Amino acid sequence: MLAYTLRRIVGLVPTLFVLVTLAFFIIRLAPGGPFDQEQALTPAIRANLDAAYGLDQPLAVQYGRYLGALLRGDLGPSFRFKDFSVNELIAGGLPLSLTIGLAAALLAFLVGVPLGAWAAWHARSRAARLLMSLSLLGVVLPAFVVGPLLALVFGIYWPVFRVGGYEPGDPSFLVLPVITLALPVAAYVARLTRDSMSEVLTMNFVRTARAKGLAAHRVLLHHALRPALIPVVSYLGPAVAFVITGSLVVESVFGLPGSGRFLVQGAIDRDYPLVMGMILVYGVFTLVCNLVADLLYGWLDPRVRLT
Amino acid sequence: MTLRMSLGMRVALIVLASLTTLALVAPWLSPWTPDALDWENLATPPQWAHAHWLGTDRLGRDLFVRGMQGLRISLTLGLLATLVSVCIGVTWGAVAGYAGGRLDAAMMRFVDIVYALPYVFIVIILSTMLPRGSLAALFIAIGAVGWLTMARIVRGQTLSLRQREFVTAAIACGVRTPAIIWRHIVPNVATTVIAYATLTIPQVILFESFLSFLGLGVQEPIASLGSLINEGAQEMETSPWMLLVPAALLVTVLIALSVLGDTLREKRAHD
Repeated sequence: MLAYTLRRIVGLVPTLFVLVTLAFFIIRLAPGGPFDQEQALTPAIRANLDAAYGLDQPLAVQYGRYLGALLRGDLGPSFRFKDFSVNELIAGGLPLSLTIGLAAALLAFLVGVPLGAWAAWHARSRAARLLMSLSLLGVVLPAFVVGPLLALVFGIYWPVFRVGGYEPGDPSFLVLPVITLALPVAAYVARLTRDSMSEVLTMNFVRTARAKGLAAHRVLLHHALRPALIPVVSYLGPAVAFVITGSLVVESVFGLPGSGRFLVQGAIDRDYPLVMGMILVYGVFTLVCNLVADLLYGWLDPRVRLT
Repeated sequence: MTLRMSLGMRVALIVLASLTTLALVAPWLSPWTPDALDWENLATPPQWAHAHWLGTDRLGRDLFVRGMQGLRISLTLGLLATLVSVCIGVTWGAVAGYAGGRLDAAMMRFVDIVYALPYVFIVIILSTMLPRGSLAALFIAIGAVGWLTMARIVRGQTLSLRQREFVTAAIACGVRTPAIIWRHIVPNVATTVIAYATLTIPQVILFESFLSFLGLGVQEPIASLGSLINEGAQEMETSPWMLLVPAALLVTVLIALSVLGDTLREKRAHD
């Protein structure tokens, strides 16, 4: 198990390398550069700027330098946010983004799994069917529709939570963003759990457990839940990717100073190191979550050989 | 697959058909054009007078006309990008699955690596690369990364189809490999591909709206549902209809397409 985990972690390195390489070259293929402004700079200033950031070197040299700095954990200077390094910018925004994202993912699984299990157990009931129809709605509604609507209803018409003008440390600002992010994931998790649970409930070992007179909750919790969770766990990786995507929207809707805006604004500004840094940080998160999902998979289902 | 349709599927089809028709004939229904400014009616709620059926935005542009333009763009993009991803995905998957061996391993390894890369970032990078606001560029960017799942599904099916007698028979008859893939493998994966493609269309529409919401997609003066929602969200305190109109349009289309896709997929699973 340990050897397998280590091997998988080492296996992340080539994928990350491909990610960095692809991102590095694709973003430089884009027309326009970081110092193109409406008012053109004089050639001398332009040349100095390019030299200062190493942009006058051939691409291969720039790439080599970037990789070298990266190995030392240095993501480089930001081109647009003068006097800030990318490390500082990301360190400033990431904690907030992470808090929202993790809270949303946790909430989604904590709500989605019980709802799905309940719907599978009461498959025939009208309430369960209604719940599953609602969950389709939850899956389909995009964050950039839910977010503004929630802000409108619970922030303005019926001001329960605070919206806009974020003050650090006041969790009241974070409730609606977390709900917005969690909703589609929770709905999807509920559907997944319902589907796999109703399959597991038809199996022989469940029938045996019920036949020997175990209470319903014992059958569900001790026998059926673990195998039923397998497809749910494999959704963990995509769910994190989804939450990251959603956090871009949610931070913009609720005006939160997370790190999501750096990705979009950096891409528009051609702030190469900033975009690269964001892609790298978020890429590592996605890959690590996929890895965790794979490891959990083996724990849940011993038949999955970890070779 | 039988032609008997469930109630949900029928409703979804009717909703989609009527919305598509409405989007197509909208330019002839309303006296307004998407970029016409009505200075007399800035930010007015829905009303019959002046033919602003769904209200106007801050610049006095008619929301019905703009919403329908957005719907046309969403549907066109959804169809085109799905078509691109189906073409690449089916070819890639069928070739890999049929060839097997090293070629298969290499091709699927490539898919795995691209799969591990965060999808959004690739599209964001690609969309900044291409000229801003160019629709063709946008759908290439979305379609070019949307084919991965399709390739996996098709490869899986091809692996088992390759072992079937009719393929052996075709080989024995001396049919060339491209012809076997095209005439014997591809038609057999068509139903799965169609079911999955129906689910891809709403994903593409969602993605386009997402990019437009972030300001990376369709650019002014052209409206997309995503950019309309973005504009509406900024005005929602004073004029909620600017948010509600495009949001309702987008959600209706997405739900109808998802219901359709889900039903098709479940039918496949039962067959």
